[in-house]
Amino acid sequence: MADPMRIRAQAAGGNATVRVLMAHEMETGQRKDAAGKIIPAWHITEVSATHNGKAVLTAEWGPAVAKNPFLQFNVKGAKAGDKISVNWKDNRGDSRTDEATVS
Amino acid sequence: MRPVLPLAVALLLAAASLGAWAQKTAADGIAEYRAMLADGNPADLFEAKGEGLWKQARGPKNASLEKCDLGKGPGVIKGAFVELPRYFADTQRVQDMESRLLTCMETLQGFNAAEIAKTAFGRGEQVNMTALTAYISAESRGMSFNLPNNTVQEKTMYEVGKRLFFARSGTHDFSCSSCHGEDSKRIRLQDLPNLTKNPGAGSGFGAWPAYRVSNGQMWSMQLRLNDCYRQQRFPYPLFGSDATIALGMYLGVNGKGGESIAPAIKR
Repeated sequence: MADPMRIRAQAAGGNATVRVLMAHEMETGQRKDAAGKIIPAWHITEVSATHNGKAVLTAEWGPAVAKNPFLQFNVKGAKAGDKISVNWKDNRGDSRTDEATVS
Repeated sequence: MRPVLPLAVALLLAAASLGAWAQKTAADGIAEYRAMLADGNPADLFEAKGEGLWKQARGPKNASLEKCDLGKGPGVIKGAFVELPRYFADTQRVQDMESRLLTCMETLQGFNAAEIAKTAFGRGEQVNMTALTAYISAESRGMSFNLPNNTVQEKTMYEVGKRLFFARSGTHDFSCSSCHGEDSKRIRLQDLPNLTKNPGAGSGFGAWPAYRVSNGQMWSMQLRLNDCYRQQRFPYPLFGSDATIALGMYLGVNGKGGESIAPAIKR
């Protein structure tokens, strides 16, 4: 089971700024371990976000995204008390969903 | 020769001012880069993990760490980090955050402290140890360092730390003070803090544990000191050894009054 994300969502001027920190190794599949063997790719492939259950963002990610990724986006019309949910899936089939309330 | 000299002087002046300009912007650039990263510091993830570990019943005795005494009484975390290392009567040792956690993990949870100390960084229980240090230090964020340093044992540790700091040895005839004993030194483009006095000691000591962006790892002070010794081509000090605690004592006391920003973010 993957470690939790940290999601902060702050309302400002009719929109909300959402900042997400995800805990993920994000192995590129290009690196070698101490024994010279390639470390298999292991990274997030899909990210999606919903605002009160309605999809507001979907993204396809690859190995070029850094370890423990940070994602920031604005949600139009989101106000305090709204729910923002973020989900990621990785190439091993693991996934994680976390939710935050806009403040 | 006559006309050449003023030209040479002018060139020298130009080079000097260009150098000063480049140095300033590089340092500013790094500060700007850190500020940008600080907003999404992945140390937050370790902090959250550490909080969970602190409260979770684990180990052979299936107990949490909530009764662990970090110097301010059992279970008190707030403000503990800025007063470590300090002397603990129960173990009759001066201990830093990591070695004290080891004691708690052994006495409360039944883990084998010696076994954990031998484990390489980033493996097994050491991963949990790092997360715990992130959580504990975060609870003292913004507070000022104020190590007690009033017992004989603590004062001895400070003296030992001071001597270790200045002791030159190894293949490169290096000491901690070679890099961190003077103002305005730098390595590559980064300014090196002068750890013998404030503000360098406070900002240097008070920035660890930290998340290192370049390798994506969370580092505790123990690992930071370990790496300092690696760079000096010394043998690695043992995890939680008196030598590392003495150095922590020296840096912490020198940093008195400095603000703790740990867990910070580093290049």
